[in-house]
Amino acid sequence: MTTPRIFLPRDAGALALGSDEVEQALIAAERRRGIRLEIVRTGSRGLFWLEPMIEVATPQGRVAYGPVTAADIEPLFEAGFLEGGPHPLRLGPPEEIPFLKRQTRLTFARCGIVDRLSTSDYRAHGGWRGLERARSLGPAATIAEVTKSGLRGRGGAGFPTGIKWRTTADARAPQKYIVCNADEGDSGTYADRMIMEGDPFSLIEGMMIAGFAVGATKGFVYIRSEYPHAIEILGRAIDIARREKILGSAGEAPFDLDIRVGAGAYVCGEETAMLDSLEGKRGQVRAKPPLPAHKGLFGRPTVINNVISLTTVPAILADGADAYRDLGLGRSRGTMPIQLAGNVKYGGLFEAAFGLTLGELVDDIGGGTATGRPVRAVQVGGPLGAYFPRALFDTPFDYEAFTAKNGLIGHGGVVVFDDTVDLARQARFAMEFCSIESCGKCTPCRIGSTRGVEVIDKIIKGERRADNAALLADLCDTMKFGSLCALGGFVPYPVMSALTYFPEDFGLARKAA
Amino acid sequence: MGPWDKDRAEAIIAAASDVEGAALPILHALKEEFGFIPEEAVPLVAARLNLSRAELHGIVTFYHDFRRAAPGRHTLKLCRAEACQSMGADALAAQACERLEIGWGDTSADGRVTLEPVFCLGLCACAPAAMLDGKVVGALDPAKLGALLDRATQP
Repeated sequence: MTTPRIFLPRDAGALALGSDEVEQALIAAERRRGIRLEIVRTGSRGLFWLEPMIEVATPQGRVAYGPVTAADIEPLFEAGFLEGGPHPLRLGPPEEIPFLKRQTRLTFARCGIVDRLSTSDYRAHGGWRGLERARSLGPAATIAEVTKSGLRGRGGAGFPTGIKWRTTADARAPQKYIVCNADEGDSGTYADRMIMEGDPFSLIEGMMIAGFAVGATKGFVYIRSEYPHAIEILGRAIDIARREKILGSAGEAPFDLDIRVGAGAYVCGEETAMLDSLEGKRGQVRAKPPLPAHKGLFGRPTVINNVISLTTVPAILADGADAYRDLGLGRSRGTMPIQLAGNVKYGGLFEAAFGLTLGELVDDIGGGTATGRPVRAVQVGGPLGAYFPRALFDTPFDYEAFTAKNGLIGHGGVVVFDDTVDLARQARFAMEFCSIESCGKCTPCRIGSTRGVEVIDKIIKGERRADNAALLADLCDTMKFGSLCALGGFVPYPVMSALTYFPEDFGLARKAA
Repeated sequence: MGPWDKDRAEAIIAAASDVEGAALPILHALKEEFGFIPEEAVPLVAARLNLSRAELHGIVTFYHDFRRAAPGRHTLKLCRAEACQSMGADALAAQACERLEIGWGDTSADGRVTLEPVFCLGLCACAPAAMLDGKVVGALDPAKLGALLDRATQP
């Protein structure tokens, strides 16, 4: 008899919900029952209300069970779960779970499925094909392919990736760099973390393709220190890739990469602050121009891409730009890993083509709130994203559609709040967060955020509310147009959306429609 | 985490300084060893990187991670960001502060627990989240937090 295979997620989300304890229980059961199990450590499929979700390989395919606790292991054995036996926690074939079945998984095609630290499993599931195709196309055609796909920066800014690469490729310098922005600081987002923990070779492959395309031989991944598991797994993946001569200075297209760990500064997710931090300085924002593509890390031409942009590149190269570009809406092409978070019944990662409405995402896919109370507000795009009321739930998930409604999709985080939320407090928090995290380089952000907290406090206390609300709007205007980067520039989004759509929380009358 | 040891610090600084832009790697390595950035280490790092003490002070104080006071035996980080707020993180924060009788960044009087805020652990789909000495915990509620605090405050 072959050894039964069990797939156990060790994503930080699964660990936070007890997957280590489940693993211990499985190992104890092995001993107790005198059997051998092959436990494959995977990332997460991203269905967090079902984590820890374990899967067993059966002749009919994988069968999932979840959410499993250590105490469930013995009953699961008794139910014959190794053969896919019936049990209240049995979810059936994972691909048939509606939340997964409705997705279009390109970037996350392998996440939660493969042995995350096996290069051969990576290949068996379609890995390395993108890099091979890029090498057969040559650098210029690789960039053309990325441009044609319509891929835009998934960190939030939405800048066309191919154009960024072209600019760096055209720059002449003895050394160029690829920097991966893995400083995923936005609350409500965890896609970068999940893919680094669940499919780290896709990031390595994406960076190798980028390096090949623009002529860079060195890469850095700047990961926030709040992600120790991602740091560990990606680090081990880099070691394995070096050992297998995938990374390194030898070969026809040498490329090597290192991890650098952030130190708790949110603003280092801004690309130029990140460069300063990588250079060993305070993470302060740089004025542009010069663009990092011309003068970036250590003054050299540098491509800075978000984790999801880079991990999507192999899929684009492997299956062609057209297949990717055919998905999506308007100028938002391809898929977006949307992260449902906060007070949501079915929280998790939902990769889909652009164009679903916010209402579909929150009510239909997310199932409303976890508390069962009515949804009152949704913050999309992290701490600098707008709070949307139900009235805006018809907004399609698309860069331009959100911009038109004075919001942003950012890195794709959707945080749901029920009717107990106080939007005046949330607005105050946004300003306070900005004041704590401001790099201090420009005045509108450094001083404006502190004044913003004070003005909101006055409104909350009932001091000349209408006057102070007008003052707050004016301050937000100054910050929006006068700040050097998106921290000070975008904090008006959560503040003004809260004030505009939820004035009653500030003790102000709702304006007549 | 060990007590201040100049030779040890020098060795750590030397080992970590062999990379481009070494300031953060060095400071992380020192924090790993001592639990914080001892004031005595600042001139050593500055000299190694050919920076002034003022410049290095600017770097150390810019980053939240580089605490300048020794932490307690355990460090409890509670996420205070929006996704956790939506699931009641503020009430849990108050519970922790009250139980430990301290504020953010402080260490309990018995030296057992340091309480630190964190703005997002990326566990936003299983909020509220915390991290105790590097171990992540999700779907916190008052009872689960109470158990964590029990564990951390054990003599």
